[in-house]
Amino acid sequence: MSGVEQGGWETVIGLEIHTQLATKSKIFSGSPTAYGAEPNTQADLVDLGYPGVLPVLNAEAVRMAVKFGLAIGAVITRRSVFARKNYFYPDLPKGYQISQYELPIVGKGVLDVMLEDGTVKSIGVTRAHLEEDAGKSQHEGVGVSAIDLNRAGTPLIEIVSEPDMRSAKEAVAYMKKIHTLVRYLGICDGNMQEGSFRCDANVSVRRKGAEKFGTRAELKNLNSFRFVERAINIEVARQIDILEGGGTVVQETRLYDADKDETRSMRSKEEANDYRYFPDPDLLPVVVGEDFIDAVRATLPELPDAKAQRFQSQYGLSAYDAGFLIASGEMADYYEAVAALVPSDAKLVANWVMGELSAALNKDGLDITQSRLSAAQFGALLNRIVDDTVSGKLAKEVFEAMWAEGLEADVVIESRGLKQITDPAAIGAVIDEIIAANPKQLADYRSGKDKLFGFFVGQTMKATGGKANPVLLNDLLKQKLAP
Amino acid sequence: MSLTPKQIERIAHLARLELAAEEIPAYSDSLSRIFGLVDELDRAQTAGIEPMAHPLEDQVQRLRADAITSPNARDLYQQNAPQVDGGLYLVPKVIE
Amino acid sequence: MADQTLASLAAGLKARKYSSVELTKAFLGRIEHAQPALNALVTVTAESALAAAAAADVRIAAGTAGPLTGVPIIHKDIFCTSGVRTTCASKMLSNFISPYDATLVGKYKDAGTVMLGKANMDEFAMGSSNETSFFGAVKNPWDLAKVPGGSSGGSAAAVAARLAPLATATDTGGSIRQPAALCGVTGLKPTYGRVSRYGMIAFASSLDQAGVITVSAEDAALTLQAMAGFDPRDSTSVDVPVPDYAAELQQPMRGLRIGILTEFFGEGLDPAVEQAVRDSLAVWQKLGATIQEVSLPNLPLSVPTYYVVAPAECSSNLARFDGVRFGHRCEDPKDLLDLYKRSRAEGFGSEVKRRIMTGTYVLSAGYYDAYYLKAQRVRALINQDFRRAFGEVDLLVGPTTPTVAFGLGDKTSDPITMYLNDIYTIGANLAGLPAMSIPCGFAAGLPVGVQLIGPHFAEGRMLAAAHAYQRETDWHLRAPSGWAADFEPSTTGGAA
Repeated sequence: MSGVEQGGWETVIGLEIHTQLATKSKIFSGSPTAYGAEPNTQADLVDLGYPGVLPVLNAEAVRMAVKFGLAIGAVITRRSVFARKNYFYPDLPKGYQISQYELPIVGKGVLDVMLEDGTVKSIGVTRAHLEEDAGKSQHEGVGVSAIDLNRAGTPLIEIVSEPDMRSAKEAVAYMKKIHTLVRYLGICDGNMQEGSFRCDANVSVRRKGAEKFGTRAELKNLNSFRFVERAINIEVARQIDILEGGGTVVQETRLYDADKDETRSMRSKEEANDYRYFPDPDLLPVVVGEDFIDAVRATLPELPDAKAQRFQSQYGLSAYDAGFLIASGEMADYYEAVAALVPSDAKLVANWVMGELSAALNKDGLDITQSRLSAAQFGALLNRIVDDTVSGKLAKEVFEAMWAEGLEADVVIESRGLKQITDPAAIGAVIDEIIAANPKQLADYRSGKDKLFGFFVGQTMKATGGKANPVLLNDLLKQKLAP
Repeated sequence: MSLTPKQIERIAHLARLELAAEEIPAYSDSLSRIFGLVDELDRAQTAGIEPMAHPLEDQVQRLRADAITSPNARDLYQQNAPQVDGGLYLVPKVIE
Repeated sequence: MADQTLASLAAGLKARKYSSVELTKAFLGRIEHAQPALNALVTVTAESALAAAAAADVRIAAGTAGPLTGVPIIHKDIFCTSGVRTTCASKMLSNFISPYDATLVGKYKDAGTVMLGKANMDEFAMGSSNETSFFGAVKNPWDLAKVPGGSSGGSAAAVAARLAPLATATDTGGSIRQPAALCGVTGLKPTYGRVSRYGMIAFASSLDQAGVITVSAEDAALTLQAMAGFDPRDSTSVDVPVPDYAAELQQPMRGLRIGILTEFFGEGLDPAVEQAVRDSLAVWQKLGATIQEVSLPNLPLSVPTYYVVAPAECSSNLARFDGVRFGHRCEDPKDLLDLYKRSRAEGFGSEVKRRIMTGTYVLSAGYYDAYYLKAQRVRALINQDFRRAFGEVDLLVGPTTPTVAFGLGDKTSDPITMYLNDIYTIGANLAGLPAMSIPCGFAAGLPVGVQLIGPHFAEGRMLAAAHAYQRETDWHLRAPSGWAADFEPSTTGGAA
């Protein structure tokens, strides 16, 4: 077991990931789901829970849920049932949330997650059920809360894991894997700032070796990978403190406050909930047949794990590199487009995509689809390395100029005179001059001070402005320095 | 079966109904009578019987095409609202 | 005889015996006259009615009229009507203006009917006597000291007093059939899913069914034609073809197998009511139908089953009335909990609260299996009983109610005696079956109804049996005196 031990304690984590489905309209109404509209302009009679209105299920939401289930090899429930989860809250217009309870559309599945040390751990997915999102409450006003129901009725799948994770890092790795997967599937935009992808964590600790789970706290409001990790670690420390002080952990819902970097009990959820689930009589059982499932299966893209395998075998990449490149489908597509242009050195392409390109994207806060360099432009640059036109080192200068000014590689190389010197005679002449100017170092080298080879390389590079082909330079220098 | 005043209070709270103390005995009495009637269900042999949630058992849920069909009608819908400001519904402050 | 049925009024309009505006004015006059005594309506929409009537007259003149164009109608105030107050007879919605039309209301509008107003009812359709209305009880037009039944008491009283030839109604446990019986009119509850529930304020979603109260079965067939059909807005509406109900009325009675329910003729049935019902069987027999006894052993459990299922669904359906987006809000709530609790406590009457609490309890942790699931299982048993019965017979016949109309206030103190009024009607709701009540005589001067129950989607057969009976009898044409006489729309003299 890859459990992380803290003074004899073991952490146990299960996640509930709320994934907004990227449908055009809501799960039970014809209102748009677009983010950021004026308050309550995307809430129709159904979303507002007006008297007399009824829900009708969006086919696309069902397809997307099934797609997710197939992607994790889960059981697809042939006859799933919507239930009402009853509770009063101002952002819940009907006084109940339509969700799935006893018969969720996606049953048990499993997800393999690569941990930091390179080992792979299987995390169980208990279920994934379809449900409607609630609206939003704003608490900024004096004495009032203000309710916007634009989000109410947005389709969600809630992906519930088994309590299989043993550290905050494992939890984050699992969550990132789901994040990658849902974007691959095109069922969620993955935008965590906008709340499209959110997570609650059930966290408990127990004595290492204990069979029984400890009492858990449910952490809410974890809207970034960093917060998930922070909140879990803080909560684990809090629980261990309590237990080591002889206290007991209370089962409760706790809110993570990123500003104060603490978790605190949620007053609004304090009272014991009794959700009074029962089958929603306004909706009938959702039956998905083999035809439906086969049609959805036919739309599955190459999945992240398969792509990572292929990248390793097809491009000769390490598992780490492949994992990095496939983390987003767009990144993987970009890589493949460049690799196709630079067929002789896929590893070089990987290094550059993961190195210079990613750094530049990060610096400018862009994602790969917003790259300032097209795959063709980037490939042209890398081909100038492959064909020895420019050294790897100078290519970085070329890249920076291309990025900053939007120029083509050849234009930058030409205008800045960065073209590599590949003429042996020209390099030889420079070496001759260096040797002539440094007789003492020559003598020392020849008497056994091998380290001075580097000195001659440096001097020659300096004299050629870094443009000498390094392999050629090496060969010539060895010949000429030989006694 | 009879319901105690304490149970009545708990149910009323779950259902978000304010009950004055003097109303509780009457509800306790009438609900107890209702459950006396309901307890007749114990007579039925229901082992192995599937619960029936819906009168038309062979019907299944129909799916709607994913299309936007509801234009914004906020102003009309908010005409019935007790308190709105800037298009938002207002309630007494919620403490989280 | 005066034109009192919808069929004859429609024929009169078509023959230009009177215009829709004349008809509408006459019926509005009757309403004005009867309203103080009967309290059958919550809202009268005279102005828009006259405008709709004028528009109908244009259609009639242009030859583009349908069979119901220009016919006055009253909608139960449970149906949302765009721009018109829709209250469900509750303080909660006493100021609620619906921004949309129920599908059924839209269909009747499209058919060219003229809405005269909204019918009074039991609050949120919870009641069997129309005494739970926030707007006061409706009185039975046969005897003002008696209840009209409920929950569609306003609809039944209005049609009985001939304030309109038809009124829409809803039936969750007998709310169309029981008041129809107690007021001496024809009440039709179609198969669950046959008529859209969209825009009908929900009480118990798996039981609620829209229907109609009319003078005759023929009228019921005509109106069912207008309101039946699949609605994409209602997931529980069923996409099966709508037959030509007028044509179905002609189905022969010869060889029709009628089952009489043993369980309906036991203890608690008023002997005079039983006699009237048994007399009606002789009429069908004379027409060639065969009569046999049928037993549905689990049927006596329908009342306890219903009082788990219906409150459970109602407790959830009525959670949306929270004082936030519409409906009653209490004064100066001190916090959110106070807003919820007082708004709901003030907005709902005691019967509604009782049912919400009952439902909350049966769904709550620790009781769900013992009550809710148990009731769902008994519901399945009752459904199986009906299925078995319809393997042997084509229709079931029995009394609609155990007694004739009871006195106002007689049963308000004990919910159980009130609930037992629906003992014969609830079964059809649990199984989603079509059922109707038609007048079959009198006991102690008050109307008696006979109930017909058919298999799913057999409205045609059931209507045909009712129609055949009404061709042999005139119970359905007996109207209480005093309400319509002074305001005959035609020159043919007084009714009843």
